[in-house]
Amino acid sequence: MKIKMTVNNQVKIFECEPSDYLLDTLRNNNYVSVRRGCDTTNCGVCTVLMDGKPVPSCSVLTVQAEGKQITTVEGIQEEAEKIGNYFGEEGADQCGYCNPSLALTVYAMKKELVNPTIKEVKKYLVGNLCRCTGYISQERAIMKYLGDKS
Amino acid sequence: MKVVNNLTHSVDGLGILKGRAAYTDDLADKNSLIVKVLRSPHAYAKIVKIDSEEALKLPGIEMVLTHKDFSRVPFTRAGQGYPEPSPHDKFVLDEYVRYVGDEVLAVVGSDLAVCEEALALIKVEYELLEPVLDFEKAIDHKSIIHPEPEAHEMFPIGFEPLRNIAASYHMHVGDVEKTLSECDVVIEETFFTQAQAHVMLEPHTVNARMDYQERLVIYNSTQTPYHMRRIISQGLNIPLSKIRVIKPRVGGGFGGKQGIHGEMLVAYVTYKTGKAAKMVYTRKEVFESSYTRHPMKMKVTLGADKSGVLKAIDFHCLSDTGAYGEHALTVFMVVGSKVLPLYNKVDSVRFYGDVVYTNHTPAGAYRGYGAIQGNFALESAVDMLCVKLGMNPIEFRQLNMMKETETSPIFEIMGEGTAGTAMIMETCKLEECVEKGMKLIDWNDKYPSKDMGNKIKSVGMAIAMQGSGIPYIDMGSATIKLNDDGFYNLLVGATDIGQGSDTVLAQIAAEVLMTTMDKIVIYSSDTDLTPFDCGAYASSTTYVSGNAVFKAANDMLEAILVEARRILKSKEVEFDGVLFTNELGETISLIDLSNEITYSEDQKQLSVTSSYVGHKSPPPFMAGFIEIDIDKETGEVDIVNYVSVVDCGTTINPKLAEGQVDGGIVQGLGMAMFENVQYSKKGALISNSLMTYKIPTRVDINNLTTVFVDSYEESGPFGAKSVGEIGIDTPPAALANAVYNALGIRIKTLPITAEKILLAIKAKERN
Repeated sequence: MKIKMTVNNQVKIFECEPSDYLLDTLRNNNYVSVRRGCDTTNCGVCTVLMDGKPVPSCSVLTVQAEGKQITTVEGIQEEAEKIGNYFGEEGADQCGYCNPSLALTVYAMKKELVNPTIKEVKKYLVGNLCRCTGYISQERAIMKYLGDKS
Repeated sequence: MKVVNNLTHSVDGLGILKGRAAYTDDLADKNSLIVKVLRSPHAYAKIVKIDSEEALKLPGIEMVLTHKDFSRVPFTRAGQGYPEPSPHDKFVLDEYVRYVGDEVLAVVGSDLAVCEEALALIKVEYELLEPVLDFEKAIDHKSIIHPEPEAHEMFPIGFEPLRNIAASYHMHVGDVEKTLSECDVVIEETFFTQAQAHVMLEPHTVNARMDYQERLVIYNSTQTPYHMRRIISQGLNIPLSKIRVIKPRVGGGFGGKQGIHGEMLVAYVTYKTGKAAKMVYTRKEVFESSYTRHPMKMKVTLGADKSGVLKAIDFHCLSDTGAYGEHALTVFMVVGSKVLPLYNKVDSVRFYGDVVYTNHTPAGAYRGYGAIQGNFALESAVDMLCVKLGMNPIEFRQLNMMKETETSPIFEIMGEGTAGTAMIMETCKLEECVEKGMKLIDWNDKYPSKDMGNKIKSVGMAIAMQGSGIPYIDMGSATIKLNDDGFYNLLVGATDIGQGSDTVLAQIAAEVLMTTMDKIVIYSSDTDLTPFDCGAYASSTTYVSGNAVFKAANDMLEAILVEARRILKSKEVEFDGVLFTNELGETISLIDLSNEITYSEDQKQLSVTSSYVGHKSPPPFMAGFIEIDIDKETGEVDIVNYVSVVDCGTTINPKLAEGQVDGGIVQGLGMAMFENVQYSKKGALISNSLMTYKIPTRVDINNLTTVFVDSYEESGPFGAKSVGEIGIDTPPAALANAVYNALGIRIKTLPITAEKILLAIKAKERN
């Protein structure tokens, strides 16, 4: 079947099976920043924005994305660059496998929450697991980005 | 120093965060055949019959591989130097399956769906055997897990497969029993540590293709590309010269990617069919069918005199290596060799025991590598001895622990599967680590505990050491070449798995060559293009590979000075990284020099290669302090802060070093508090997803205070020692000690869950 959606502001028509997940459809079409981690929606590395909201693409069927606006990190390069530079300053990038999805979620959070506390930030991002950093350096970088009004 | 020990962004973090293709599966051929393994549903069985007739009829199914397709060449998947200290006890596929999740056979098809359909159609008949599921009953069990005659050790490691013993070891200094009999205070305690899963976020992944020279090219998420190439060559009988292993970006390893996973099957399929093939583990496979940390039972006997001088340590250890013996002996030895020297003033010490086979998921390398297990036992026992002595645990440590310029006989006796290397502690800032940590956690005010009504606040601590590479065994090397326009390529075999070694090694080169990071282009871990390196394990990269880079950069400096002297016609030329100046004040820039030797006159490619193998393994040290609040009604522990004060020599990249410690602490806290690999009564893994196996999330971690003391290790590059593993060692013992300080309850079996604490509170109330 053919499914039409907008990915990073480009209209795309994907050939897929009814049982295909959005994660596989995107990866098979070279959106490789969307990655597979846990298969059970626990780790967050497959996160994309669907109409601006973070969703785990490993549990969204491709057919459910019909007509939706899908954003991957490739679609927010300027903001990703800002987030990435704060990560660099704080030494918060280690293996980086979770970083594109984390950057997307942080970007969505900045639009959604007004001046959040660190507790609110932790709660919003709790589904974005990281096994490398111990989280604290990431959160220092994220708080700096949230304070960046440029 | 301008680059080393300065804030430097990682060379790859930004591009990766922006989503560039980087990881193994990002680079797979889109038309790859899928290799999918049928996993054993039984803990121990013999395969009697395989009927794959129906599966083979499915359109798209290329082949079904069984044990009959492979010659019986046993190997070890451990990913170590050669000859390995792990037993050769694994076949690509075997007629026996030895744990739930072991490989029965593999189907190869055009896509995942058809492979899964095929797996469902294949009928396998098994003869069920009685599994060995209790590691305390493994030795001389009537079921023998490795009865096959081909299994063997490469050199004596105490391998007795007919008794289910993968390795055994014994060492002693002095007469422990005699010393203990003369001690005023003796304690004897037994501790248990659990299996822990690595849970790197990128699952094990490999893909392969043939190139236009008909060579096998393997993209692999591995910590050990060179060992991988060798093991694949030996296991599949493919000439080494026909294999190229490329390690792209790795999404975390922690030891779990030191070993072999799907590489043999994928390499075999591509080499045989000429077609690209790939395998990506599901998370269930990562949990069930890769490796765990070795679970252990440790009996510790300590003896001291009345004044609190530790006189003797007797340490017996039983380790469970699961179905295969990867790292069986070496992890076991590290329990002793990187823990016992912390208390180096004892009259006698003994360390001994066995590593046994069971029908569990195999244990393998995992950050800490025995030291975290041994540290939990010894540092818990030390606090228990202090209670009996009526002595403050910090004063006890200050009196008995390792200090700078001292040594321990253990260094010479215990190495990596063989004898070790004597060394003096030229850097050991443990005293300062302890003192600074006390201040940062406000120990004197908070020790032992404060009752706050519903909650009790308490503190606990532990000290730790690790190593920096494996001396006289593991080698790293680096090639540097100068390009026109005056920038350098740095080619290293060292394996960046996310720890930041590409950045750290580039910093070392930039510092020696007096240039900036943008003039060093690093490329790592490609067996065709980069020089040999043992890989990322044993806390070796900064120290061993870093020393290789340091040497190579100095050799390059000498090589460009030779050219500058020729061009400037002078014996005395000075160089500041940009400009060469002779004694007459005549100059040439590096850019002009490089362009001249590339294009104009006496053209040549300047390129140097240097290697380094350690002559010692200087330990990093640390003191870890935890502050917790325990809820008296639920037993729940809230981690208020974890203070780490670390002596790792010079921090080449201070922020990345902090990241290594922070990440280690949180993995260690996971093991201390709740991570637990659990099996059903039949030996099936219960904790086989992130729904059933919890790792720390960001709400579990309130604060980490990580600082470094000034320290300069002469033998390291710019004074550096290692920092990759030391962070993981202290949390279990520090937490156990803090729980005791709060409640007077001693928990000796990890993990220290709220449930265990609450049950102990209730039991205490009843008494």
